[in-house]
Amino acid sequence: MIAQPEAFPTGESSRAPQETFVLNLGPQHPAAHGVLRVLMTMDGEWITRAEPVIGYIHRMHEKMGENRTWAQFLPNTSRIDYLSAMHYTHAFVGAVERAAKIEVPPRAEYARVITSELNRISSHLVWWGALLLDLGGFTPILYAFEDREKILDLLEGLCGARLTYCYYRFGGLCNDVDDDFLNGTRKFVQEMRPRLGMYRDLVTDNIILRKRLTGIGPISAEMCRKYGATGPVIRGAGVAYDVRTIEPYSVYPQFDFKIPVYPECDSMARYLVRMDEMEQSLRIIEQALDRLPAGAFMGKVPRVLKLPPGDYCYAVEAARGRFMVRIVSDGKDRPYRVKLRTPSFSNLSLYEEASRGMILPDALAMMGSLDLVIPDIDR
Amino acid sequence: MTFLSIEPVRILLYLVGICAFVGANAAYLVLAERKGAGRIQRRPGPNEAGYAGWLQPVADGIKLLSKQVMIPPGTDRLLFCLAPLMVMAPPLICLTVIPFGENLFARNINVGLLLVFSLGSINVMALMLGGWASRNKYAVISAARVVSQNVAYEIPMLLVVITLLMVTGTMNLNEIVQQQGGGFWHWNLFKVWVNPLMPVTFVIFFICMLAETNRAPFDMAEAESELLAGAFTEYGGMGFGVFFMAEYANIVVGCSMATVLFLGGWQSPFVILSGPVFGPLWFLAKMYALILTVIWVRWTFPRTQFYGLLNLSWKILIPISLFTLLLTGAVMKLPLALHHLF
Repeated sequence: MIAQPEAFPTGESSRAPQETFVLNLGPQHPAAHGVLRVLMTMDGEWITRAEPVIGYIHRMHEKMGENRTWAQFLPNTSRIDYLSAMHYTHAFVGAVERAAKIEVPPRAEYARVITSELNRISSHLVWWGALLLDLGGFTPILYAFEDREKILDLLEGLCGARLTYCYYRFGGLCNDVDDDFLNGTRKFVQEMRPRLGMYRDLVTDNIILRKRLTGIGPISAEMCRKYGATGPVIRGAGVAYDVRTIEPYSVYPQFDFKIPVYPECDSMARYLVRMDEMEQSLRIIEQALDRLPAGAFMGKVPRVLKLPPGDYCYAVEAARGRFMVRIVSDGKDRPYRVKLRTPSFSNLSLYEEASRGMILPDALAMMGSLDLVIPDIDR
Repeated sequence: MTFLSIEPVRILLYLVGICAFVGANAAYLVLAERKGAGRIQRRPGPNEAGYAGWLQPVADGIKLLSKQVMIPPGTDRLLFCLAPLMVMAPPLICLTVIPFGENLFARNINVGLLLVFSLGSINVMALMLGGWASRNKYAVISAARVVSQNVAYEIPMLLVVITLLMVTGTMNLNEIVQQQGGGFWHWNLFKVWVNPLMPVTFVIFFICMLAETNRAPFDMAEAESELLAGAFTEYGGMGFGVFFMAEYANIVVGCSMATVLFLGGWQSPFVILSGPVFGPLWFLAKMYALILTVIWVRWTFPRTQFYGLLNLSWKILIPISLFTLLLTGAVMKLPLALHHLF
C-alpha cells in the first residue's frame, strides 16, 4: 500500500474539496501506538479519507517459519502480538499437535486455559490504559499497569518471561504449574474483582468518557463481515462471534462463561465488551483452578518432529480477535508454508471506511477502541 | 519606610517582586503538578534532584536554557520569536493590579477588572501566532482550535463578570475585596440574597478559567494524543519553556481573579486573624487551594471532545450565565420598581 494522496479525495465531502490538506499522522505519533502511519486527507478537522500505511515493523515471520524447524519457530509466535503471546503460541502449538496427533494431558490443557485467560486480562488492561491515554486521561494506565504487573509476576514465575512467554510446548508445557502460581492466581482473582468495580465507577461511568465514546465510530456487523474484523470489534457490533464457543478448542467447552455482546456498534460497545470480558476471564480462571487435574504436564512427543504431509489449521480467540495458524507440511522437519491470520490486520483494514467524515479526535478515539498492535498487523 | 514609599522605588520593587513571584510559581507549580500527578497515580513523582526533588525545577531550567534555539526553516521568524513574549507578558501585567493584601498591590487603578480581562485575551493571540508562524499542520489546527475555544469561553466568563459587576458596582479589585469583609458568608460566592445562583456563577467562572488557560479537560491546544504538542510543536529549549511557564502564570492569574472576585481575596474567612500580615497569607491559601484543584482536575478527567467543548459553552454555559445576569438585575431592581409602582 503505497499512499498516493489524491487531489480530489474519494470521501464524501460537500465542503470545498480543493481546501483539503494531507496530514501525515505517524509513524512517530503518540496515538499511533507504535509505528502505524496514517495519511489523513483532512478538510479542516474533518477526515475525508484516512489511509493506513503499514509495513514499518515487518519482520517476515511467515518467511522465517519456512526456514526453521517446527520447534524453532515456536518462540517467534509470541513476538507477533507481544500483548497476547500465550494465545499465539497456543494456536501454533495446537496446529502442530493436530497435525502430528499428539495427545495433550488434561493438566496441561487446563494450565493453558488459565494462563491464556490471565494473558487476556493483562492485554485488555494495556488496551484500557492506552485508550484512556488517547482520550487524554493519564491516570488510568498507571492503575492498569499495577494490576498487569501482578499477572506478569505470576507468569514470570512459570516460564521466566514477562512478555514473550513461549510457555506452551508441543504436547504440553515447559514447566508444571506450581503451588505458588496457583495460590497467587487465586489471590489475584480475588483482588481483581473489586478493582474492576472501581474502574467501572471511576472511568466507565465518567460523563466525559461516555460522551467521547457513545455513538462515535460506528462499525456495523456488515462492515465487520466485509473486512473480516473479529474479536471485541465484531462483538461490539452485536454478533456473538467468539472462537472459544464457535470453534471450541482446548478445554473451553467445559467452562461456564458468557460471551459479552453489545449491539450498539459504537466505540462504547467495544469498550464495554472488553471490560466485561475481563470479568468473564476471571470466571474461567476460577473454574479452571477448581478443576485442575493432577498428572503429567507433558505428553509423548517424538524426538524429531516430522509432520505428515497436509494442510492444517488451528484458530484461537486472542485478545484482539480470531488468530489462526495455517501450516502446510510436505513431510519434512520444517514447514512448507506458515500462514498467520492476525486479527489486528483485519481490524485495521476497516479503518479507512469507518473513519470517513469523522473529526480527528473521534477518529483517534475509534482507533484506540480497535485495540491495534502494530507488530500484529505487520508480523 | 520613607525610602520605600518613594514612587519609583516602589514600582521597581513591585516589578522585581512580581517577576520573582511569577518565576517561582511557574517553576514550583510544575513541581507541584508533577508531585500531585504522582500522588494521584500512586507513584513518587520527581524525587531525585535535591531533597525530595526540590531542585527539579532548577534542573529543568538549566536543561531548557542550555538547549539550542531552533527556528525551523520556512517559519515566520518575527512572529515565531514574538509569540513566546506575547504569551508571557499579559499575566505579568495582570498581576500589577491584583491586591495580594490590604495595602499590597502595585497599582490600585479603578478599572483593574477590565485590565485583567482585556489583557487575558492577548494570550489567545500569542498561541495563535505561535501556531501559525510554525508552519506545522498540527500547530495550525491547534491555533484554530485555541481561537474558537477562547471566543466561546470568553463570552460566558464576561457575562459572569458583568453579573458580579452589578453586585459590586466597581471595577476596582481592592474595593471588590473590601466589600466582602466580615466573615465568609459575605463572600460573593455565598451572597445568595443578591443572586440565588451565585455559587453557579462561580462554577461557570472556574470552568471558563480552565478553558481560557487551556487546562485539562479543555486542553485542546496541546491535545498531545492528537496534535503532539499543539501550537508549541516546533518550539524547543527556552521558547517552549516560556510557553510552559506562561501556562502556569496564567493559572496563577486566573485563580487570583477567582479568589478576588468570589472568595474574598485577602479577607479572613472568619473575622479573626486578619490584618496586613494574615491578609496576604489568606489570599495565597485560597489561591493555592484553587490551583491544586486545577491540578487535581487535570489528572482525574479525560479530555473533552472539541465540539462537545463548544457545545458546553454555547448551549449550557452562555444561557445559564445570561439567565443569572437577568436574575441579578431583577433581584436588584425589582424592589425599586415595586416601590415606584405602589
